[in-house]
Amino acid sequence: MTDVIRADLDWVDSFPTQQVAGYDVRPGRTMPFGATMVTGGGINFSIYSSAASAVTLVLFKAGEPEPVAELPIPDEFRIGSVWSMTVFNLDYENIEYGYRVFGPATEDFRDRFDHTQILADPYARAFSGRNEWGQEPDRSNIYPYRSRLTFEDFDWEGDQPLRIPSVDLVIYELHVRGFTKDPSSQVAQPGTYAGLIEKIPYLKELGVNCVELMPVFEFDEFENSRINDETGERLYNFWGYSTVGFFAPKAGFAATGKFGMQRDEFKNLVKEFHKAGIEVVLDVVFNHTAEGNEFGPTIHFRGLDNRTYYMLTPEGFYYNFSGTGNTLNCNSPIVREYVLSCLRFWASEYHVDGFRFDLAAILGRGPDGAPLENPPLLESMAFDPVLTDCLLIAEAWDAGGLYQVGSFPNYRRWSEWNGKYRDTVRRWIKGDEGVVGDLATRLVGSPDLYWARGACSSINFITCHDGFNLADMVSYNDKHNEANGEHNNDGANDNNSWNCGAEGPTDDPEIQRTRIRQMKNAMVLLLTSQGVPMILAGDEVARTQQGNNNAYCHDSELTWFDWNLVEENREMLRFVSNMIGFRHAHPSLREGHHPHGGDPVGCGYPDVSWHGSRAWQPDWSEQSRVIAMMRNGHNITGDDNHVYVASNTHWEEHRLELPGLPDGMRWHLFADTAAAAPADVAVPGQEPLLDDQHGITVGARSSVVLVGRPMAA
Amino acid sequence: MSFSTALTRSGNTVIITLTGELDASTAVAFRKDIDRAAEGDVETLVLDLTDLTYLSSAGLRGLVFARQKMSDGVNIVLVKASDEVERTIRMVGFHHSVVFADSVPG
Repeated sequence: MTDVIRADLDWVDSFPTQQVAGYDVRPGRTMPFGATMVTGGGINFSIYSSAASAVTLVLFKAGEPEPVAELPIPDEFRIGSVWSMTVFNLDYENIEYGYRVFGPATEDFRDRFDHTQILADPYARAFSGRNEWGQEPDRSNIYPYRSRLTFEDFDWEGDQPLRIPSVDLVIYELHVRGFTKDPSSQVAQPGTYAGLIEKIPYLKELGVNCVELMPVFEFDEFENSRINDETGERLYNFWGYSTVGFFAPKAGFAATGKFGMQRDEFKNLVKEFHKAGIEVVLDVVFNHTAEGNEFGPTIHFRGLDNRTYYMLTPEGFYYNFSGTGNTLNCNSPIVREYVLSCLRFWASEYHVDGFRFDLAAILGRGPDGAPLENPPLLESMAFDPVLTDCLLIAEAWDAGGLYQVGSFPNYRRWSEWNGKYRDTVRRWIKGDEGVVGDLATRLVGSPDLYWARGACSSINFITCHDGFNLADMVSYNDKHNEANGEHNNDGANDNNSWNCGAEGPTDDPEIQRTRIRQMKNAMVLLLTSQGVPMILAGDEVARTQQGNNNAYCHDSELTWFDWNLVEENREMLRFVSNMIGFRHAHPSLREGHHPHGGDPVGCGYPDVSWHGSRAWQPDWSEQSRVIAMMRNGHNITGDDNHVYVASNTHWEEHRLELPGLPDGMRWHLFADTAAAAPADVAVPGQEPLLDDQHGITVGARSSVVLVGRPMAA
Repeated sequence: MSFSTALTRSGNTVIITLTGELDASTAVAFRKDIDRAAEGDVETLVLDLTDLTYLSSAGLRGLVFARQKMSDGVNIVLVKASDEVERTIRMVGFHHSVVFADSVPG
């Protein structure tokens, strides 16, 4: 009996009702949008446009310059504003598809229908056209980014997102290609998802448990590609903050991209990360698209439904809150649904653990660009049932001047890149005056910004892909972006950096030592701060970018991870790795609430206290360059736990009196950035006893980390 | 494009020999063989690729289908996979689910 019913179900929609251009077709299903396999055979194509008058499905044999067929979708197949059609007997593996969309010509520029162009499907799950990174595109191609059909048959072997509690996260931001492209990576497939898998053991050893991948949605590395007049170097859109296909992983990052298997390769990457206990967060760009301004290419939205997808001025030109030509109209109901379905797709289909939203302040703007009090898109994401376990991290500003760090519409759900943490900690490290009070606020999780949401809403970082990396932050006072071919006019000018006495590379051993110490000081503060720390790939081995603070256009040694540094700067790597281990070993450094001087666990000490030259007497004056923080709580075994972090940014050493410990406990020395390796940092849990229990000398521009442990028996 | 399969069963071992080009259009025939192979008690499924001249991504998906169709205890052995096929299988992570061999196990 069951068999009969199933046969009937298969039978429904399985038979063509008519022919179009020689192809068997029938009226399609409106939902889901995109191209999907229909049970019993056939591919269902469904596409939406609020104002189009007609839509034609265009089919190519893969790689052929001209279409193999054009199938006008019969008007009786249209339901509402959705054109859908099921097409039978397609050689689904070997076709590419797109649409011609016809629409009324209007007086203003709000609609930009152009049926002479072939549009990509905004819901396409794979694209061909940029299958191999850097392969020169054929500019005469009438349809450069081609939608492909795909299948969902990956064997996850029971994998699921890791759901690591936010308090325990240590995030590592990396660029898929840049991480392994350099020959020194010695991976079999450099610059790819497959190559990245080979470096998972390195990340595991480093101790991070979450990678944040810079954009992996399909983009075009040749967008705005040009030759630098001065150097003759080809410049690319290397970073990829300009999306072509929101539902498709970048094929050029896949070693198997030429076989159209980028989806499988990316899924395998996620699966392998999860096996290693490392979450995968995607850096996603929904603030604008690769279609640019009035002069940009027509890829999909512009020709499909310009006025729906983009924020337009009354005259029909593009608002440019992204600084890149256009602004996605995120809070229109249609685009909101588009963004949500995209995120749900990546969460469910690719098992990713979260998202970081580029220029997220734009996602809170209304169709006229004005910031909304209660932006429907951000609210929908915060409460979406599929995204419940996903990290939602906002870059809470945009290029239109909206700065929302601490005030991003959050529904107690969103976290933020804490730009104020970066600025304050950098200023403190370089020795600015008047920073000590603000520094203390940042170290305890920025309660001034995130009191209601909790400390984990603060993603703490000192460096990220934007701006100087750590080595350059201590080697350059000013940016050096000449290689970008924009006469050093691009990139930020407020770097809060200090070169330690010479601009750029130097042979002066004293300066070199100071730089290493300054980098270690930064890592001490970052990894003992309340909130979620984020490390930029390469900072753990002091990778330099030669003072370039905006290296978005370089696919070269300038942006590639040099794996020789793992040996050359082993001292720095060991320091960072042990600092991460220390953080993992001390839950009091990573609690969800903001410590405020109370004693919630009853250990007899406030959860945070501040100290200076004299214990319990911090110097909060404008001139203060010394501060010590004591954190108290329980460690993983439930025993009392005491950590003391002293930071001295003065150019002279300071003697600090130590706060007393309970009976039977003694201070042990975990880290001293003034000490020569290997005495600069201990293995967590094996810290040597501090000889003098009453005071410690913190060297010039140095940090010290102590841990209270029971006396050895 | 020519493609053919032959299925032989010896005890708990099923051998499917694939000849020609395995792609989207021929994958259906292969899937039918997998369905047949899964019918009896199977310990080992051997896919002899010696005479396979081409394997497309849809064809590779056929191999994934084989894995899913068989219970977890079944060994899947790929005989004489070309270097490119083996490399591709490794890059998409399918190598955990299969064994590569140079000859049909005796």
